[in-house]
Amino acid sequence: MAMAEAIRRFVPDHSTVALGLALEPLIPFAAGHELIRQGRRDLELVGPISDALFDQLIGAGCVRRVTAAWVGNVSEGLGHCYRRACEERIPLPLEVRDHSNFSISLALWAAAWNVPSLPTRTLLGSDILRTNPALAAADGLVHVAAVRPDVAIVHVQRADELGRVHAWGPMGITEEAGLAADRVIVTCEELVDPSVTLSDPNRIPFPETKVAAVVYEPGGAHPSPVQGFFKRDHAFYRDYAERSRSVDGYLAWLEQWVMGVPDRATYMGQVDTESLRVSRHRMSEPVDYGDE
Amino acid sequence: MATSSHTPQELMVAVASREIRDGDLVFVGMRLPILAYAVARNAHAPNARGLFEVGLMRDQPAEAFLGTMGDPPNVAGALWATRMSNVMALMAQGSVDLGFIGGAEVDRFGNLNTSYVGEPAHPTVKLPGSGGGADIAILSRRWVTLMSHERRRLVEKVSFVTSPGFGDGSPHWRKRNGLLGGGPVAIITTLCVLRFPELGGEAYLASVHSGHTVDEVRSETGWDLKLADDVSETPAPTESELSAIRRFDPEGFWTRSA
Repeated sequence: MAMAEAIRRFVPDHSTVALGLALEPLIPFAAGHELIRQGRRDLELVGPISDALFDQLIGAGCVRRVTAAWVGNVSEGLGHCYRRACEERIPLPLEVRDHSNFSISLALWAAAWNVPSLPTRTLLGSDILRTNPALAAADGLVHVAAVRPDVAIVHVQRADELGRVHAWGPMGITEEAGLAADRVIVTCEELVDPSVTLSDPNRIPFPETKVAAVVYEPGGAHPSPVQGFFKRDHAFYRDYAERSRSVDGYLAWLEQWVMGVPDRATYMGQVDTESLRVSRHRMSEPVDYGDE
Repeated sequence: MATSSHTPQELMVAVASREIRDGDLVFVGMRLPILAYAVARNAHAPNARGLFEVGLMRDQPAEAFLGTMGDPPNVAGALWATRMSNVMALMAQGSVDLGFIGGAEVDRFGNLNTSYVGEPAHPTVKLPGSGGGADIAILSRRWVTLMSHERRRLVEKVSFVTSPGFGDGSPHWRKRNGLLGGGPVAIITTLCVLRFPELGGEAYLASVHSGHTVDEVRSETGWDLKLADDVSETPAPTESELSAIRRFDPEGFWTRSA
C-alpha cells in the first residue's frame, strides 16, 4: 500500500498513535512526515524516548497530547518545538503525560494483556506521580494504567505483503506497542516473499493479524539508523536542532524536507544516501527449523 | 599523573570511568557515559558489562563513534539484543550495579530535575523528561550524574523531582519510600566532584578540578555547600584515559564542542 493511502485510511484525526518504539533506531520518519502533509490534528503520540520526530509533529500542529518518557533530540538535546508548545502554546497548547521508559513499556504491556494497570517499583519518589493521573502509588507500588494506541507505526528491515514482519537489533517497546495497538502500519526497507519471512518466525515481533498495512518505503527511517541498511545521520539531527530554534527556521526546514516534498523517494533524492548506507555487512548464521 | 591539556568534558569522562568497578553491570546512559564505559572497559574494568535501555547488553565497547546507544556499531557484536522490558527486568531485580544519568538541575540531596523548570502546568522551561533516568535513580544499586556546574543548575531545591536522590534528606528517606536502589554516589561537574555520605543525605565537595578553586565552586553552587575534611584536586585524566577517550570520540563530538 502507498504511504499516503495507509495514513489516510488508518490514522484519522484524534487517533492515539504509538511510534518511535525502538528508541533511536527504526523511527518511522516518512510516516510521520505524511501525517504532517495530510494535516492530521489532535493526535495523541505515545512513545519512549522520541528522537526528533515527536518534535516535528508537535511543531506542525498535529498533536494534542504526548504520552512519553522523553521528547527531544538525542544527540543534540532539547526539542525546540516541544518547548515552544509547552512554554508558549506555539503553535498549539500541548498536554503532557510524563512517563519513564519503564513505565511506558508497562502501560503498553497492560493494554496488550487487557488489564487496567500493572504494578511496578519504579517511579516511587518521583514527582512524575504528581503530574500524570494515569499513575497511582499504593502499598509501596506504582500502578501504571494501560495505554491502548489506536495505531502503532513501525519501520522495519523487511516484511511481506501479508504483514509478516522481520525486525532485528534492539527492539525497545516495539513488541508491546504492536500487541497493545488496535492495528499496526508497517513501513519497510525491503518487501520480500513470504518464504523469506516464514523461514524465521522467531524474527517476527507481532503477528500478521495486527498489521493493517505494509508500506514499501526504503529510507523511511532516515535520519535514524536501520541495522544492516543505514547509519544514523548525525549531521541531519544537528541541522534540524539548529534550524528549529526559531519558528521561522523550523517552518523553512519543514518546507524543505516535508511540505515541499511529495513523497519519500523525492526526499531520499535530497539525501547523500551513499555515505549513510551500511557497507560492512555482518550476516548471522541461519538457524535450523528442521521438523522431521 | 599530570598530562597534556584536556577539556572539562574529557576530565568528566575520565572521572566517571573510575566509578565503574571491574565486574559491574553498568546501565549506560546517553552522551558522556557511553565514553566513560568505553574508557573503563579498556582500563581497570575489563570484566564490566554495559546495559542499554534501547535493549542491549555489551562487553566490548563499540569500535566506532556513537551518536546514540542505538547506533549500528553498538548493536553489532552485542551480548544480547532484546526488548527494553527485559533490560528493565534486570534493573528491577537489583542486578544493575551502577547507572549514569544526565541532569539539568540537581539539589543538595541529589534529586534530579529533567522535566520542568517552574510550574509543570506553565513551565518556564520544558526539559525533555525522564527517559530512563527515573528508573535508574530508583532501581540501580548506585548512580552517578554528570552536568555543567552552574548556579542555576545546582539549586537548593529542584522545582520538580524527576529522578529521586535522597528526597528531603531525612534519614532512610529512600527505604521509607520503598526505593529499591542505594541512590546517588557522586555528582561530576565541569568544576568538581561532589559525593554523598555512605548512608545518603547531603552532597559534599570531595575534589576540585585543576584550575578551579573551592571558592569558585561554592559561588557557583546554589546552596551552602559542605566540604570534605580533605578536599583534594581531582586527578587529571591519564595519558591512557585520554587516548581512549579520543579513540572513541575522534571528532570531539562529545568532549570538544562548547
